[in-house]
Amino acid sequence: MKLTLKIWRQKNTADKGGFVTYVADHVSKDMSFLEMLDVLNDQLTERGEDPVHFDHDCREGICGMCSLYINGKPHGPLQTTTCQLHMRSFSDGETITIEPWRAKAFPVVKDLVVNRSAFDRIIQAGGYVSVNTGGVPDANEIPISKTIADLAMDAAQCIGCGACVAACKNASAMLFTSAKISQLALLPQGQVERKSRAENMVAQMDEEGFGACTNTGACEAECPKGISITNIARMNREYFSAVVSSDNM
Amino acid sequence: MILDSKIPAGPLAEKWTKHKFSSKLVNPANKRKYDVIVVGTGLAGASAAASLAELGYNVKAFCFQDSPRRAHSIAAQGGINAAKNYQNDGDSIYRLFYDTIKGGDYRAREGNVYRLAEVSVKIIDQCVAQGVPFAREYGGLLANRSFGGAQVSRTFYARGQTGQQLLLGAYSALSRQVANGKVKLYPRTEMMDVVVIDGHAKGIVTRNLITGAIETHAAHAVLLCTGGYGNVFFLSTNAMGSNVTAAWRAHKRGAFFANPCFTQIHPTCIPVSGDHQSKLTLMSESLRNDGRVWVPATQEIAEKLRKGQIKGNDIKEEDRDYFLERKYPSFGNLVPRDVASRNAKYVCDEGRGVNETGEAVYLDFRDAIKRDTRKIIEQKYGNLFEMYKQITGEDPYDMPMMIYPAVHYTMGGLWVDYNLMTTVPGLYALGEANFSEHGANRLGASALMQGLADGYFVAPYTVGDYLAQLAPKQVDDTHPEFARIKEEVQGRINTLLNINGTKPVDYFHKRLGKIMWNECGMARTTEGLKGAKAEIQALKKEFWSNVKLMGTNEELNQTLEKANRVADFLELGELMVDDALSRNESCGGHFREEYQTPDGEALRDDENYAYVAAWKYLGEGQEEELVKEELVYENVKLTQRSYK
Repeated sequence: MKLTLKIWRQKNTADKGGFVTYVADHVSKDMSFLEMLDVLNDQLTERGEDPVHFDHDCREGICGMCSLYINGKPHGPLQTTTCQLHMRSFSDGETITIEPWRAKAFPVVKDLVVNRSAFDRIIQAGGYVSVNTGGVPDANEIPISKTIADLAMDAAQCIGCGACVAACKNASAMLFTSAKISQLALLPQGQVERKSRAENMVAQMDEEGFGACTNTGACEAECPKGISITNIARMNREYFSAVVSSDNM
Repeated sequence: MILDSKIPAGPLAEKWTKHKFSSKLVNPANKRKYDVIVVGTGLAGASAAASLAELGYNVKAFCFQDSPRRAHSIAAQGGINAAKNYQNDGDSIYRLFYDTIKGGDYRAREGNVYRLAEVSVKIIDQCVAQGVPFAREYGGLLANRSFGGAQVSRTFYARGQTGQQLLLGAYSALSRQVANGKVKLYPRTEMMDVVVIDGHAKGIVTRNLITGAIETHAAHAVLLCTGGYGNVFFLSTNAMGSNVTAAWRAHKRGAFFANPCFTQIHPTCIPVSGDHQSKLTLMSESLRNDGRVWVPATQEIAEKLRKGQIKGNDIKEEDRDYFLERKYPSFGNLVPRDVASRNAKYVCDEGRGVNETGEAVYLDFRDAIKRDTRKIIEQKYGNLFEMYKQITGEDPYDMPMMIYPAVHYTMGGLWVDYNLMTTVPGLYALGEANFSEHGANRLGASALMQGLADGYFVAPYTVGDYLAQLAPKQVDDTHPEFARIKEEVQGRINTLLNINGTKPVDYFHKRLGKIMWNECGMARTTEGLKGAKAEIQALKKEFWSNVKLMGTNEELNQTLEKANRVADFLELGELMVDDALSRNESCGGHFREEYQTPDGEALRDDENYAYVAAWKYLGEGQEEELVKEELVYENVKLTQRSYK
């Protein structure tokens, strides 16, 4: 396959950045999208040009490090992570536009690499159960119905990639934040801190500069792990009931 | 020199309890006067950092990824072992201990492994308390599955994403301590060297991956939780960034490197599809619970398959060779990883491989779907099947999966004593970065167990014991050794950037990987290893004269990061070959073709090789010195491992 790649190049956060066009030939259908970029980068290096920088690590769809806004969609045309996207999803002669995640709270570091530390700070605001190591009850002393455990697991599958933010016209982080709030609100272990968690995590989310939710459902449609928008509804319930009887004195 | 493993005396079951009691304690009010550096934020690193911070120590946690949650522990699929005996099927701490020692082909320490089995039960309690959503039965209690190398069901799991859920649990505990101000987080920061002063580890030198700034950090103790070195093979199931640099730099500063040739080849990975391949994807071993491994009974049928004249499903039952079930009737498809991998290689070497390259065997779910319905199989393995389809373009519900072994885990690593301390006092290695619990072969679902055991339940005691012996005096990086090592790091980076050769870093990494895979992979020979050593030395020379890097140090520079790591892999590769050459026996993942039983099983030599091979670095260009730690077995009788 021969492809034309329009790739966003930006030297650093302060740089304005812009698109540069490259031709990628000898692309095989069995390559992953990132392997296609690896080949391009080796060619760029041999020609003496700076390779395209992009985030990636596990390349099996679970670490959440890879990103890329491909032809107007986070992680490209399929509902997977970019590392699981293969070139058989594209056709010969196609032009592919590749951009970084775009959001005020995710500043561009270089080329296609963005800073997602805002997500870490949202978790630090309350995305945990406050138990120290040791001194906890036997695991089977807390029976949890399979239905609830499965729902909690559905929410816990979030990989923190940020596709939900990139997909949202408001750059909202509601799907990410609600996934963690839901997981812990569903489980008995999360009950003690249920209210303060919802309040603090939502407050941090707002402080980071993420936008509001207008229920377009774009986040759910693009989420590579299929996190449901019902989590946002649950978070809103959690948040409002927490605010009216706040534990945060 | 004699290596002291510091295994406490006394009966096996009392060693850890006694040891904890005899460990010194730091007064609660004094804990805030000690600083601890934790490098790596996977299961071992995140759990250690969180637990030490909870105790009151000041922790600095470093990772090269953009967030601690990305560490490659996240990719572990199948599960975590624990001797809970919730299934009432005869499990016990002793049985888990015994299975692990036997699975490791009798090359691990009894004391360490027993402790691992002992604390395994607490790990599950801890994770459940954190809100880890393990799989459950309808009655609300925890579910278990069975795994290779064991005849009881002791593996706890969260769908096919157990590593993810455990890591997110540890990450949440870590995040809580960041919020409390007890942990300072350094993401996108790579450890470049360790600083040793008067024989003790006193800090590290790092590179900020965004700005390129080379920085120094002082502490009372340094914990390396930096994972394994499987990427020395270029193609492996490790993450792209997984590397040996932290461990290797520590090695060159005095930490012995143990059993480097003990690498695990995982039997169930998606086969290689072409030269562009950047990594291999694992299909969880749990699939072998329901999938049946087979190849065609004859070469002729396999030939037709490879030419595309027939498909796997067309092959009649009598023309299929379920080779694991045939050779190992009692364990069948659930034999340990090394045995499963080697047998897949044998049938492919016989010309019975099932894909175009002839390097693949089938893992077939036809019978399981017929027995349990597609819905049940989907519930158990849905995400794995989806991933397989995504990568290969084939649907495993209709067609048998194709799998082939790939490098997955490294049992070798930095030598540590019972306290997880390396040969450099104050320098610890936890999780896959150390060598201690899995012997020559690791059983499935035991890596997660070890990472969390080390981080949650071992290091907090043993590190405390060391700190209690140091004065609670503030440390800083004013000692000239910090400046000297910082300069060395800077110098090496400048050298790399100025070589200005003609070939990109991956060109060298791929060649190193091929040498390692062919000569130091699933089967090894004296001749092959000797050749490999010469080839690696030549490749290393070529790398340092012809690698081409772009950009500068003072920016995000991913090729510079990679070059730094590959430079260390080139040195490690040579040591792995030395280690494999010096071990004239076959055991676990180390299979020397000269040493096998008449029916092709690994032939151990307990009389001469029941030792840990610890290697001491003696300087640039010098052969390393082999130091042996004899393994003492007081409880287990060494036998030929049999899964027949």
